[in-house]
Amino acid sequence: MAIPLSYNLRNLRLRKSLTIMTALGIALTVATAVFIMALLAGLSKAFATTGDPLNVLMLRKGSDSELAAGGVSRDAMQVLRDLPGVAKNSKSEPLVSGEDILVVVLPRKGGTGDTNVTTRFLTPLGIEMRPQIHIIAGRWFTPGQREVVVSSSINRRFEHANIGDTVHIGKGDWPIVGIFDASGTAHDSEIWGDINQLVTDFERTVYSSVLLRATDPTVAQALKNRANDDQRLELKGLIEPEYYASQTRSGGPIKFVGWIVATIMAIGSCFAAANTMYAAVAYRGREIATLRVIGFSRPSILTSFLLESLILSLLGAALGIVLMLPFNGMTTGTQNQVTFSEVVFSLQMTAPVIISAVLFALIMGTLGGFAPAWHASRRDILTALRD
Amino acid sequence: MTLSAFVRKNAFRNKRRSILTILSIGFSLLLLTFLITVWRSFYDSKPSEQSAQRLIVRHKVSLVFNLPSYYRQKIQSLPHVKEVVNQQWFGGQYRDDKPDNFFAQFGTDPMELLKVYPEYQIPQDQLEAWQHDRAGAIVDVGLADKFHWKIGDRLNITGKIFPVNLELTIRGIFTPPDPTQAIYFNKDYIDEGFSRLKGSEGFFAVLADSPDSVTTVAQAIDEQFRNSDKPTKSESEHAFQLGFIGMLGNIKAFIMSICLAVVFTILLVCANTMAMSIRERTREVAVLKTLGFTRNSILGLFVGEAVSLAVVGGLIGSIVCFVLVKGMASSGGFFTGMKVTPITMAIAVLIAAIVGFASSFIPSYNASKVNIVDGLRHIG
Repeated sequence: MAIPLSYNLRNLRLRKSLTIMTALGIALTVATAVFIMALLAGLSKAFATTGDPLNVLMLRKGSDSELAAGGVSRDAMQVLRDLPGVAKNSKSEPLVSGEDILVVVLPRKGGTGDTNVTTRFLTPLGIEMRPQIHIIAGRWFTPGQREVVVSSSINRRFEHANIGDTVHIGKGDWPIVGIFDASGTAHDSEIWGDINQLVTDFERTVYSSVLLRATDPTVAQALKNRANDDQRLELKGLIEPEYYASQTRSGGPIKFVGWIVATIMAIGSCFAAANTMYAAVAYRGREIATLRVIGFSRPSILTSFLLESLILSLLGAALGIVLMLPFNGMTTGTQNQVTFSEVVFSLQMTAPVIISAVLFALIMGTLGGFAPAWHASRRDILTALRD
Repeated sequence: MTLSAFVRKNAFRNKRRSILTILSIGFSLLLLTFLITVWRSFYDSKPSEQSAQRLIVRHKVSLVFNLPSYYRQKIQSLPHVKEVVNQQWFGGQYRDDKPDNFFAQFGTDPMELLKVYPEYQIPQDQLEAWQHDRAGAIVDVGLADKFHWKIGDRLNITGKIFPVNLELTIRGIFTPPDPTQAIYFNKDYIDEGFSRLKGSEGFFAVLADSPDSVTTVAQAIDEQFRNSDKPTKSESEHAFQLGFIGMLGNIKAFIMSICLAVVFTILLVCANTMAMSIRERTREVAVLKTLGFTRNSILGLFVGEAVSLAVVGGLIGSIVCFVLVKGMASSGGFFTGMKVTPITMAIAVLIAAIVGFASSFIPSYNASKVNIVDGLRHIG
């Protein structure tokens, strides 16, 4: 017969301070793990939600990134515009956007140093191809003018990134005329400006990349293959979401350090939990013996103490998750390992993060609680009663 | 029995509890030592003698933009400048894109490189062989060991930034004082395959005549090109490297917040253990008091016990960390060049001691205050 759960709950309540301190220790470990997992979840969300499966991104053959030297020539761009299967807008212009990428250095707010920010130059057609992006303050840049718009994250995270400020690019200052919202996608880490003005300023002869929209996903795949196979074009075609998904590896350093930190902290917490459970067993030596005398079996005592440890760790998990809640949605940045510029993302405490945190705590509870529970179930009744 | 022996005996009265506590603190301190080591290697490391004498000159807007090659002569002619060498980050791929196969490749001028980096040791004949082979390369001794490269081996590197694939021959192996994880080759090789790069350089490394003149030289260089088409940003090599770390994100806040969580965890573990063991000994405290022990010496006994547990844990943690980092540093990658110094270990143990003290003070104080009669009557 199983020992009722209320017995464990009452015991945890009885030694309140011990329970709370142990749970807090587990909570801190869980909070650290949640922190790291939420960072990674936010980062992959930024990349996973960027791009439309209908869009095909063309890069120079052999390169992995829009920032690589050399690019898509004007001639190749012309060929792409005339390809069958390219969607057209209401004015029956083919939806093909030649874009140029530069990097500017901006100071982060709070004096934590300068960092590279991706600056994308495009035409209004390119904006039209990304309907999820819209202006939330000010206006879009005017074609033919030295004007830029910044994403809301850039606006929040960098000094001098408000409407009315200027960004120095190449030969001149480009005033910021608007702020756009990219709803958490990778474009949230970008500044956008007019490409024709840039070409004049920099004498750029090639595009960094060309984005084209297909009429349907099968055609998109066909366009991608067409570009890859055409030796003349010297292009590498990628479905847009594929390109951004490959950048998720930017989270590598966080993941690496995160694993080390979480594992070591978890081992430490296991020992602490074991300590508490051993004490719980020691205090209740006579009680356990009595339970045995009444007729509770060894397995039910083992289960009962293990459950108690699990309840303790669940309490810790709940505390840890609550501790981290205020940080949910906080934005931060790291270096994009593909474009070597800042990628802005936010902490996302998604359902998988919460579930993993709870599982993580349960593992700690099991590892820490098993030995004491085993010890409790193996004690000799007579000696225990005599204690 | 002396006081210290008394503390020792008590600390190990409940062996299992003490060992679990020490292990728990030990693991936390292992992590703390590790984090302090990373922190110190990023922000606290002193530049070497030669590094303190060097500057890096790059395009003011970003490293992505190149500078004209003729800047080199202009910089060379400035006062306090000893040597200048051009460098170009190639960013190619060796074998595959696994991080394990990543290392830096710089296109440079073989005639000048070693003048700006005099601390790199290389046999004269190897240097000359490199200077005579336009497709030659010199490699860091650490990389050569890792990949089992020998002189004469071929290296195929695929261009990811530039549409050029390099087929290099290793002509020399250099030994730097600190691992660089880099290979150097003739920059003309990139120009041949990608003519647009001709006449421009990624950045310049400048050797000043003394560490004191670095600031003056930096200002003079930036002043010289301030109103030109391509203004420069010059900074000491050390500052340049710190800039790269800054790009990874707010590392300081990241490390700090984890350190805080770790310290609090130790505090809780230690406080927990002491609360348990003091509670069990309420009657003993009363007996000690009856024997004439003062409140202060009882306080000292308990605090001493907690501090010694924490310090033992701290010592174990930092020593294990020392061994681990030593092992990982030699295998290359992220930990290259990192070392757990005695100062780092001392800091970690000191933190452990402080935390041990702080965590035990309140329960110990309460125990020392206990009324003899109540204490004797206490049933633990």
